[in-house]
Amino acid sequence: MMRLLLICFMLILLQATSAVAEKVRLAVTSSFHNSGLSDHLIPQAEADLALDIQLLVVGTGQAIKLGENGDVDAILVHSRPDEEEFVKSGFAKYRREIMFNEYVVVGPKSDPAQIASAQNLLEVFKRLSEAKVTFISRGDFSGTHKKEIEIWNKIIFNPKDIGPQYISVGSSMGKAINIAVAFDAYILSDKATWLNHKNKGNLAIQFEGDQLLHNQYSFLPINKNMHSHVESKLVEKIEEWLISEKAKNLINSYIIENTQVFTFNAN
Amino acid sequence: MNEILQGLIQAFWLVLSFDSELITISFRSLYVTLTALTISTLIAFPLAAFLVVTRFQFRQAIIAILNALMGLPPVVVGLIVYILFSRSGPLGVLGLLYTTSAMIIAQAIIITPLITSIAHQSMQELWAEYRNLLTSINVSKIQRVGTLMWDSKKTLITACLAGFGRGIGEVGAIMIVGGNIDNATRVLTTAISLETSKGDFALALALGFVLISLAMSVSFATHWFGKNEHGGLR
Repeated sequence: MMRLLLICFMLILLQATSAVAEKVRLAVTSSFHNSGLSDHLIPQAEADLALDIQLLVVGTGQAIKLGENGDVDAILVHSRPDEEEFVKSGFAKYRREIMFNEYVVVGPKSDPAQIASAQNLLEVFKRLSEAKVTFISRGDFSGTHKKEIEIWNKIIFNPKDIGPQYISVGSSMGKAINIAVAFDAYILSDKATWLNHKNKGNLAIQFEGDQLLHNQYSFLPINKNMHSHVESKLVEKIEEWLISEKAKNLINSYIIENTQVFTFNAN
Repeated sequence: MNEILQGLIQAFWLVLSFDSELITISFRSLYVTLTALTISTLIAFPLAAFLVVTRFQFRQAIIAILNALMGLPPVVVGLIVYILFSRSGPLGVLGLLYTTSAMIIAQAIIITPLITSIAHQSMQELWAEYRNLLTSINVSKIQRVGTLMWDSKKTLITACLAGFGRGIGEVGAIMIVGGNIDNATRVLTTAISLETSKGDFALALALGFVLISLAMSVSFATHWFGKNEHGGLR
């Protein structure tokens, strides 16, 4: 037991001494990680900037909370109203748009609600609510969840009124998809996470390509005036890297299943 | 069912290929839980013995509370530790959040009541036997505590194993205070949770099998160690 402890201790010491690079913590939305983009992007950024970028993979709601508490140096999220509120409260000086992808409505291949033939997104959600089919909601105040609520609110005041077939699961995107697969249900997902997800079961994309399904990701450095300990200089470097030509090429060249899933749009 | 088989195969493959990431997160799991366990025993054993040999006003109340805290929900402990160590919290200046130190603190809080309760229970029974003898030969309180701890070492080891088991498989608290950061605070349980969220059940399961074997090896090692070191101890 003692020997084992000693070995562990030495191993950790070794790790601690080898990690000389400066440390920056980013809270990123789970879709950024579950889609695989972070593994495509972050190691390259770390190498170029000689930084140790630590990612906290959480929902947008939690990322914003961590930013407010000063537990991270910057956040990368996708919920515009929340971001604007965050800037207004002074936790960040501005929001910098980096890239976008789109949401898709995923559902059983047999498409019992017949949404594939719908003209627009509101029609899709109307059919979903009327067809008495199971719908899985993230229910975790993440960016995707807020988007879903925004869409529902255009046709119904409270989606919970739809009835027992509306299931709020309070999980990350990937785990919510796992549940949708198990229930053979419909779910709103960002396209990248869906394509990268391994457990697709009997589900497929049933509707995509509506303007409302636009999904913008933004980078918000935490305001040093609010939390004096944040690594503003290092965050600045990351931000510069994220809007660079190199990041643009990396983001635009991230392909899953022959599909470009993210589009760079920083300026 | 097929996934379980795939998981097993992948687990073997990961272990056989000495996957460096797997080794790092496995050792990190061990490091966090064993350190937490060491801290817990340093608090729990003396506390348990003290509760046995002394009599004071709130003794029963403390014992009852400790017993109740055995079922402390890890996720609540995680949340409390997070709030304490958050930059906006009272201990934020220490900068311990999202480090293995914070994970160790959270696990120590979870494990300590469990070990204290088990240790107290066994020493209590022993005390009933030894009390008259130890009182008649008039040994000091420290010596009484020492005797009790030494003679109940078998149960104390069991208490440690119970604490280890609770710690190594725990995910709720360390997810919140550790953040599951790659190359920093990711351990086996949080990695399993992450792979599940990617829908990669085979890899998640493979990590699960590694975790189970790790827990079992520690248990076997303890038994073997006990046998060799103390002859009769099992």
